[in-house]
Amino acid sequence: MTMLGNLDFDVIRRSLPYLFFEGMRFTLTLTALAAFGGLVFGTLIALMRLSSYKVLGRIAGFYVDFIRSLPLVLVIFWFYFLVPYIGQWLTGASRPISVGAFASSLITFVAFEAAYFSEIMRAGIQSISRGQPAAASALGLTYAQSMRYVVLPQAFRNMLPVLLTQTIVLFQDTSLVYVLSIPDFLGAASKVAQRDGRLVEMYLFAALVYFVISCVASFGVRRLQARIAIVR
Amino acid sequence: MNYHWNWGIFFEPNPMGTGTYLDMLLSGLALTLKTAALAWIIALIFGSLIGVMRTLPSRGAYWFGFCWVEFFRNMPLLVQLFLWFFVLPELLPKSAGLWMKQLPNAPFWTAAVGVGLFMSARVAVQLQAGIGSLPRGQKQASTALGLTTVQTYRYVLLPMAFRIILPPLTSEFLNTIKNSAVAITIGLIELTGQARSMQEFSFQVFEAFTAATVLYLLLNFVVVTAMRLLERYVAIPGYITGK
Repeated sequence: MTMLGNLDFDVIRRSLPYLFFEGMRFTLTLTALAAFGGLVFGTLIALMRLSSYKVLGRIAGFYVDFIRSLPLVLVIFWFYFLVPYIGQWLTGASRPISVGAFASSLITFVAFEAAYFSEIMRAGIQSISRGQPAAASALGLTYAQSMRYVVLPQAFRNMLPVLLTQTIVLFQDTSLVYVLSIPDFLGAASKVAQRDGRLVEMYLFAALVYFVISCVASFGVRRLQARIAIVR
Repeated sequence: MNYHWNWGIFFEPNPMGTGTYLDMLLSGLALTLKTAALAWIIALIFGSLIGVMRTLPSRGAYWFGFCWVEFFRNMPLLVQLFLWFFVLPELLPKSAGLWMKQLPNAPFWTAAVGVGLFMSARVAVQLQAGIGSLPRGQKQASTALGLTTVQTYRYVLLPMAFRIILPPLTSEFLNTIKNSAVAITIGLIELTGQARSMQEFSFQVFEAFTAATVLYLLLNFVVVTAMRLLERYVAIPGYITGK
């Protein structure tokens, strides 16, 4: 006999406000801000990698390869312990400063995702034909202007589906802040699960929520991709 | 920075009585390797089956492959491990559930199967793309020669497709190694887990994580180098990467 009869799905209904207003809000805010930060820094890293200054390219390449060789869990631990010391160094405080769970996770994910976003943006920039920056500089645009008004908007547009897919991966990866006992969506579900001894119900529900959100989002990305494909 | 550095810590005995702290990290590395290797075998077997199914003319096979990939791709790996570890034994018939819970090294088997199935969806998508990238004439020529579907895949399509997708498969293998660290959440003390316990025992946070980082970098380097050699060895003459 299965144990299905002993399940109590009411525990989910009772904890819905906590799961979504606390947990999911944390997860979504972290995802959105980390995607934005990752995109900004990732674009900068991509520009460094493609710049004519070889040293900049080397540094950026080293950073990307380095971060991409490490498990996210290890990077989360690294930053969790490192950020207080960096904060101390930056502010000149006498002891390591505590930065809080959210700030620490955000810094971690921006630093980690920047490496992945930079590879996408690099591919995007390289997909723009050489004639475009050449024409931009012939029109008298500076490097910054030609990037800002000509190359980056097109690169971003071409890569939008890939960037969004990476954001879905990021959304799933934020669940790993669980290792720091931070109440993101999964962390919140896990807290309720352990408090009420309802692991089966809570984890099934968490899995379902992640599944539905990721499915709907990737379906949207596929639609978008189809629409963009017609333009070209 | 008022952090107290002590790089000699690696050669001090660990509180578990299993040798030095370095031995602890190395046993973690061994467990990471074992978990990743088994997970990779599972990912390759299931990924190949599903990837092939997604290219077959049968609608049923295509849909099964589609559902498989969507199922394993749309949930965080951590949640999938929880499903295998905490939820599945409860939903199975009592005796089977009990057997799963009492399995020696349950975290290891759960991690290998969980990471393996998670990665199988990615392998399947890569293989499907690899088979799709072959010219249609290959399949048609095989049929014209009188090969059955199984023979066509075995002797014509798969040997080509696997060679073409070798570079992305290398990254997926590296992802498998990295993803095995997620199993720390179900109590698998692999490399990241050992670094974490070393940090908890010795308070030497940065030494512990530096060592783990260096070991992951070395592992990456070894895998990438080995795969480059393999790529060169199996390269197809006439292709850009061929001899």
